[in-house]
Amino acid sequence: MRMNMKLKLNGTETEVQDSLTVAGLLETLKIDPGRVAVEVNLKIVKKCDYEKHTLNDGDAVEIVNFVGGG
Amino acid sequence: MDDKLVIKGIEFKSRLWVGTGKYKDFEETRKAIEASGADVVTVAVRRTNIFDSKSENLLDYIDPKKYKILPNTAGCYTLEDALRYARLARETGISDLIKIEVIGDEKTLFPDSCATLKATEILAKEGFIVLPYINDDPVMALRLVDAGAAAVMPLAAPIGSGLGIRNPFNLKIILEQAKVPIIVDAGVGTASDVALAMELGCDAVLLNTAIAGAKDPIAMSEAMKYGVMAGRLAYKAGRIQRKLYATASSPIEGML
Repeated sequence: MRMNMKLKLNGTETEVQDSLTVAGLLETLKIDPGRVAVEVNLKIVKKCDYEKHTLNDGDAVEIVNFVGGG
Repeated sequence: MDDKLVIKGIEFKSRLWVGTGKYKDFEETRKAIEASGADVVTVAVRRTNIFDSKSENLLDYIDPKKYKILPNTAGCYTLEDALRYARLARETGISDLIKIEVIGDEKTLFPDSCATLKATEILAKEGFIVLPYINDDPVMALRLVDAGAAAVMPLAAPIGSGLGIRNPFNLKIILEQAKVPIIVDAGVGTASDVALAMELGCDAVLLNTAIAGAKDPIAMSEAMKYGVMAGRLAYKAGRIQRKLYATASSPIEGML
């Protein structure tokens, strides 16, 4: 069994621990789940599913938040 | 005098709404917004800076408990992108409001009316409070209201241009015909532009560059606050009719 998997994380190939959940990924990245929205393979992951949504090798993950804009 | 703006049951304390882009840093953003007295701030949706856990977040400076957050779909050129950004914005759990902005032309940043209409229809059905950015087009304003827009946001002039209210007559027609709040969005340059929008009867003004790009953004922010207040008061007070010839202010009676 592999110990690591590759994600396309915000457009950048990134190696993370195998079988990481969305909640686990945010924790690893030190990101407050209350501030962001997460999309995996173009589908939004609801906040209540962060704990149970396990990521797979090759997943395209987008983590977005609010920035200055008009 | 109770003169609050209400959109879909949400009460807005200020009629000046501000953007959060183009500031020097978050501290300047915070100070300028505070000086404006605005209780609504618009924000863009972008990738989180995931590789720098120390990077600061806009919401550390703009407290969502204190300000109503109006996410926008700025930068989107297609219906699909606008829907994607809007849905992501709502999923943050911070706001159900969405300023729909689907750009149709890179040079003018004028909206793509067809895509804006479709996005409004779809998102309103999904329960969003949709505020579309549109051209100063009275027919489109009505179509958007029919599609479920909670308010419509006609531009004064191209985004960031500072040209001011280019077509007050079209705005007047929109104001007469569309039975939702009308918020002028984009193109104003200074306090008198904002006052004019409010004197026409607009319900609010949303601006960004006019403050962020001023030599002293904090002072301009305050000027905009008074511009909105003065314009609104003048509108409520009811201005005099324009006449071609003079009418003396002093009585003839009692003259020697």
